[in-house]
Amino acid sequence: MAFLLEVLIGGLLAGIMYTMVALGFVLIYKASGVFNFAQGAMVLFAALTFVTLSEHGLAFPWALAASVAVMLALGVTIERVVLRPLVNAAPMALFLATLGLAFVLEGFAQLIYGTQVHGLELGISDAPIRSLPIEVSKLDLFAAGVAAALVAALGVLFQTTRAGVGLRAVADDPVAAVAVGLDLQRLWAIAWGGAGVVALVAGLLWGARVGVQFSLSLVVLKALPVLIIGGFSSIGGVIAGGLIVGASEKLAEVYVGSHVGGGIETWFPYVLAVGFLIARPTGLFGERLVERV
Amino acid sequence: MSRSRVSTFFSVFGAALLATACRSRTDASPVGGGTVAAGGASPATVAAGNEQYFPLQSYRVGPYAAGGSGFFGGFIDYMQLVNIRDGGVNGVKLTWSECETEYVVERGVECYERLKGGLNGAPVAATNPLSVGIAYATIDRQTADKIPLITINHGRTDSTDGRVFPYVFPISLNPYSEISAIVNYIGQREGGLDHLGGKKVAVLYHGSPYGKETQPIAELLARKYGFTVTHIEVPHPGTEQESQWLQIKRLAPNWIILRGWGIMNPVALKTAAKIGFPVDHIIGNIWSNSEEDVIPAGPAAIGYVAITTHPSGRDFPVLKEVDKYVLSAGKGNMSDPKRVGTGYYNLGINNGILNVEAVRVAQAKYGNKPLTGEQVRWGFEHINIDEKRLNELGAAGLLQPIKLSCSDHEGGGAVRFVQWDGTQFKRISDWVKADRPLLRPIIEESSTKYAKEKGITVRDCDGEAQL
Amino acid sequence: MSSNATAWPSSSDVNEAAASTSRPLRQTLRIAAFILCAGAVVSLPFLVTDYVLSAILVPVLALALAGTGQNLVTGYAGQLSVGSAAFMSVGAFATYDAHLHVPGIPLLAAFVCGGLAAALTGVFFGLPSLRIRGFYLVVSTLAAQFFVEWLFTKVGWFSDYSPSGVITAPPLAVAGFDLSSPGGHYWLSLLVVAPLVALGRNLVRGRVGRAWMAVRDMETAAAVVGVRTGRAKLLAFGVGSFYCGIAGALWAFAYLGTVESHGLDLDRSFQVLFIVILGGLGSVAGPFIGAAFVILLPILLDQVGSAIVGGSVDPGLLQNVEKIVFGALVILLLIKQPAGMARLFYIASIRIGRWRARPA
Repeated sequence: MAFLLEVLIGGLLAGIMYTMVALGFVLIYKASGVFNFAQGAMVLFAALTFVTLSEHGLAFPWALAASVAVMLALGVTIERVVLRPLVNAAPMALFLATLGLAFVLEGFAQLIYGTQVHGLELGISDAPIRSLPIEVSKLDLFAAGVAAALVAALGVLFQTTRAGVGLRAVADDPVAAVAVGLDLQRLWAIAWGGAGVVALVAGLLWGARVGVQFSLSLVVLKALPVLIIGGFSSIGGVIAGGLIVGASEKLAEVYVGSHVGGGIETWFPYVLAVGFLIARPTGLFGERLVERV
Repeated sequence: MSRSRVSTFFSVFGAALLATACRSRTDASPVGGGTVAAGGASPATVAAGNEQYFPLQSYRVGPYAAGGSGFFGGFIDYMQLVNIRDGGVNGVKLTWSECETEYVVERGVECYERLKGGLNGAPVAATNPLSVGIAYATIDRQTADKIPLITINHGRTDSTDGRVFPYVFPISLNPYSEISAIVNYIGQREGGLDHLGGKKVAVLYHGSPYGKETQPIAELLARKYGFTVTHIEVPHPGTEQESQWLQIKRLAPNWIILRGWGIMNPVALKTAAKIGFPVDHIIGNIWSNSEEDVIPAGPAAIGYVAITTHPSGRDFPVLKEVDKYVLSAGKGNMSDPKRVGTGYYNLGINNGILNVEAVRVAQAKYGNKPLTGEQVRWGFEHINIDEKRLNELGAAGLLQPIKLSCSDHEGGGAVRFVQWDGTQFKRISDWVKADRPLLRPIIEESSTKYAKEKGITVRDCDGEAQL
Repeated sequence: MSSNATAWPSSSDVNEAAASTSRPLRQTLRIAAFILCAGAVVSLPFLVTDYVLSAILVPVLALALAGTGQNLVTGYAGQLSVGSAAFMSVGAFATYDAHLHVPGIPLLAAFVCGGLAAALTGVFFGLPSLRIRGFYLVVSTLAAQFFVEWLFTKVGWFSDYSPSGVITAPPLAVAGFDLSSPGGHYWLSLLVVAPLVALGRNLVRGRVGRAWMAVRDMETAAAVVGVRTGRAKLLAFGVGSFYCGIAGALWAFAYLGTVESHGLDLDRSFQVLFIVILGGLGSVAGPFIGAAFVILLPILLDQVGSAIVGGSVDPGLLQNVEKIVFGALVILLLIKQPAGMARLFYIASIRIGRWRARPA
């Protein structure tokens, strides 16, 4: 029983890590309807920026501030240079453009920062807290805390600030948003800049977990089932999706996987997502598609 | 840009692509950092065409770039050393060019096809792709083209049997020898192989054919020595290993053998620390033994043990020579000089030593001139590096004694064990041998099956030896 | 207007270009041109080097065939699929197993077996399309991608229990002709690809193709007027995956000579998607242009790079620059001409026709 709980809690915490990456997707999709496959490359770029600045002697708060500035600038630049010209393009073309963008970012990151592997220390160890009945690592708890704070901040942003309400309006109906005079370009820039900062947070947490190297961009593959289960445009959905994916994949790996030789974690979340979609074709919390003929 | 200009641009572009496709391949130009006929010899005596060429299917970009840049950096630096210090191999300069594969199989194949004709008349000696996938894809081609394929420390295990694979050389260590040596070491640590009975060993492996390769041997050894072995898979890429290590925690093995690759390694060590498994009972295999594998794990990696056939360090005589002749002259290949002497770099040095030795041995038979792949293959098969030769090469302790033959393309099969102390890998053992006689029949079974499938006639090594 | 219009040029453009020659002469010229082209294509092994044959032409043909399959599913039927590499993998392994376990089976029959296995897999993973629409559908083919990779690594039977899980191709021979030379590989690929593409072309111009396009453009309306949308979608998945399966068999047998379970991975699926979108969704020549672009571009960049900087630049740096250039070119192409390069060439040919037909 204790083992089951351990696996479950471990899965939930892993799910929170996936949610961190997925949040960036949601921000961009909510604002501009684009599925940003380059988010993984942005996570990598952000982590490399921070790590390189730290290794060159910058103290933690300064490195963090500088990285935030860099990612904001990057997000805004991407929106201006890549997305603005592609405003009315088909979703497939947009998706592939972000794929091309991922290539550019990866090449750029390796060009500037090199290809060495780096360790990332946030000052919080991954060692388990032994006083609890079930061992949970401090880093996991910290990540959960940061995720909660980030989600709360985004929630506040969307509900109270003008930009946030504007983004919700754009997600609802872009044409109507323009009609009432919202500055679409500015809102998109904010969304992309925000996604850049979220990528930095995800990059720092994941980097502390696995180190900073090229494969860090692969974390995006787990974000996709999270988004599909939770819906592409709902923050609450993404959290739910993350927890569901994390818990179920770990439980499946341990209890089902041991009978078939293991390794089912790669495809299980996707099969789960298919199952969810068959029941609810637009995701748990996504908007219902209304089709007019 | 107006639409017509864009159309024109792409039409010209398309024409350029076609032109690229049609260009003849015999005069392939070098890509990137390879120097052609470098060194201090006066131009008048270096005749065009008195060079031996090594095409390098390197990877300096992508997920495995850290390892690739180290390996090819070391290899190139060693060849520079031979050129600068010795004037080449008996006067024949070494030349090379790089072709980026990004560790992708078909790019490795394309690079091979593009460069196999030689460089400016210099014939190809051998290829060293450092990639299992590329090796598999080029085995048939290289056998038909008669160009040796060197897969140091990896590759098809059954290519050890040179009677079926005349042109493939898994020099110094094949996957079966790896695991056998590790089990022998575990036996040593337990006080003798007979003390292994009743112990639990878990093998945490990368979810790929490479990771699975040694399963049958692990089970064979478990039956022989009486320990239980459990195989646990980490799906690629291995950024999340929570469930695997929870299973390990429940299993509570005495030892863990780590068959990792890339990011899986540091994550394994960190997750081990998280669940409280003692890191000095984790033994990493040959692809989990580099600085790049432990640095991201931070303090969780201190005490981790791994095997190596190429211990890190700059105190070996050959590395001091590289320092003196190549690095001080500013001709070093590594962009970060701190990486000289690390694991992958030293693997490159060892690889360079072996490739150059093969050329040297072949020249003794065929003459001091640029050699064909077939001749260099003879050289590889007659490599006999003993302790005395190791001292001459300045690689005692860095490279193991290696003797290849027609039927044995591995030659070594011994490893040293190193332990990470937070800043470097310290050597904690001498050469530990694998149980090669036990493994040979299994290898031959696999190679004979392959020969039958492909219709290959098995070579008669004794017959050839008499020629 | 924006450069994103997808309507083809009006008939007056075409007439203008063609006004100068008479009809029967044009017909004869077209047949002659076709025969000349076909002859040139078939006799290429005598004209180009082995390198071009085995490292450029064969992979381009194999990828173009995969692109054609992808085109049918995504371009004509509008079903988003990113699992083409998984279907290629199924085709490769199934062809290998058919060849292994059915003694004496002709090579082409083994290919067909591979294609059928892939088609069945495609239909299975395409079943969710009956219920899920739009971008969400990618999850089903993504599941296929990861599941197939896992299956072929885990279950040793598929790779004949080889310890490394890698399959190697048997010697290639069709009807007694030995095809193991680079030229032979090329002819095999041509023999397989040409009829399939012709078949595909006929398919999309017929009833089936029209049903697919109806499903793509207005699915609800199509169902209302009686098009059997469910059947059309599954047929698209089946046929598209059949093509991908045979492309995978070609890739493994005629090109690399080997394949492992992770060799045809998500990156490859994206590559096939690139080929189709860059070449032109919904066009027959598109996949060929796209495949040529994707294969030749890195080589071209290599040559240009080394020509510009000589031998004195760190190859890693050069490689990263090439990656950036590749991504930037893709983005540029998508911005300027989202209908793909086939359309660009079409426009170019129209303009050449206009230029030549200009008043003297």
